[in-house]
Amino acid sequence: MTMPFYVAPEQVMKDRAEYAQKGIARGRSLVASVYDDGILIVAENPSRSLHKVSEIYDRIAFAGVGKYNEFDQLRVAGVRHADTKGYAYSRQDVDARSLANLYAQFLGQVFTHEMKPLEVEILVAELGADGRPDQLYHIAYEGTITDEDRFAVLGGETDVISERFATAYQDGWGLDAALKAAVGALAGPDRTLGPEDLEVAVLSRTNGRRAFRRLGHEELATRLAAGGRGRGARS
Amino acid sequence: MALPLFPPGEDPGPSFVALLRRTEPSLSGVATVEAGAAGVPVRHGTTVVALRFEDGIVMAGDRRATEGNVIAHRAMEKVFAADRHSAVAIAGAAGPAIEMVKLFQTQLEHYEKVEGVVLSLEGKANQLGQMVREHLPMAMQGLVVVPLYAGYDVAAEQGRIFTYDVTGGHYEEADHAATGSGGRDARTAIKLGWRPGLGRDESIDLAVTALYEAADEDSATGGPDLVRGIYPLVATVTAEGFAKVEEDEVARRFGAIVERRRERGRSS
Repeated sequence: MTMPFYVAPEQVMKDRAEYAQKGIARGRSLVASVYDDGILIVAENPSRSLHKVSEIYDRIAFAGVGKYNEFDQLRVAGVRHADTKGYAYSRQDVDARSLANLYAQFLGQVFTHEMKPLEVEILVAELGADGRPDQLYHIAYEGTITDEDRFAVLGGETDVISERFATAYQDGWGLDAALKAAVGALAGPDRTLGPEDLEVAVLSRTNGRRAFRRLGHEELATRLAAGGRGRGARS
Repeated sequence: MALPLFPPGEDPGPSFVALLRRTEPSLSGVATVEAGAAGVPVRHGTTVVALRFEDGIVMAGDRRATEGNVIAHRAMEKVFAADRHSAVAIAGAAGPAIEMVKLFQTQLEHYEKVEGVVLSLEGKANQLGQMVREHLPMAMQGLVVVPLYAGYDVAAEQGRIFTYDVTGGHYEEADHAATGSGGRDARTAIKLGWRPGLGRDESIDLAVTALYEAADEDSATGGPDLVRGIYPLVATVTAEGFAKVEEDEVARRFGAIVERRRERGRSS
């Protein structure tokens, strides 16, 4: 048996982090923001069937960037966890915080113990109920979890996109304004993104028990066209 | 609870029942009861009806639950939304029946979320059939559950109704169906009043009339309870989805039926 070469743990972690970051940066980004009636999630995604944004439970949505098969596996696990919990206890007892923690534990575990880290970054969004605020849990490839109550940006070039989005962000804004700002921030100054390049969904308070709703291409086109160009879409 | 992840070969797929069997066997509802149910008082739900009309289906159920000859519950709900475009009603042992409905609702939503598409109405009816079949060992011990399933078939653009037997066999009914202890009387009432192209109001009237007739003949079926203000539960499923008929409206329609009966005299 040959002895493996010694590699310093710092180096191992650094290499893994680099590997994961590279993988994530190859994909396209995603912006999530709260608005007056709920939470909006906008992803740059030309595919109509391979979703980046999905429903987990009544008031919880999932979004992922990076490697599709890896975050989709996490999405399904989330649906399974939430449905099992809701079935065993009650629908009210399913919350995003515990799910986000599970994701964080799993990603952290894989990052330190497996050969290859997962090349994903995920978002668990929860619509607040009974006076609790809306919550966005942003979980990175190595299991770092941060909670935001305004907006979150996932994927590559997050710094630039965050900056663009932050300048446009307003508390209590409407869906159209938030949507335009998100699309503008994702596109940047040199590109324009049309409805067919986007995957958009909302968790809306006016949507009944299941708050999740996808915005189709037609609705997107109308909303993006409404009132000219948004403040985020600087050209 | 850990994150439910499975290696590719052991993945339960979009089935919630298969998932429960792997992760929470105690909840999966697999019948392991050895003690006979005979002699144990069990709550029973009774009459439920469904009929097809122009825009979809109407489903209705009385509110009584019995334990032997005792009224166990006066305001039980037996008609449920299975998902956006279908409804399920139950007759038989109340405990396992309500549990089955809960599992069925979760199963449909789970499939939709995992797969990203909604099951066809046929597929949903089949799923319910499998659940009834799984329940057969308990049915043999007296805990019979017989659901009635109906919904709006989005692809075929019409309402469809399915009945079940204890073995999980499911049969599509052409226009109407009723099950439970007062099912026979309800069926007769519907048969006499049904015609193609019924409107919403007429079909709700017909459904509540059928329940009235069933309650008239069957002691286990509850009629309108004017004193407590408890009326049968009526729901419609159309292209727009499942909608409960407001209690006020049901009360009004029952009032009209009772009034007509009174005018006609006391002969019937």
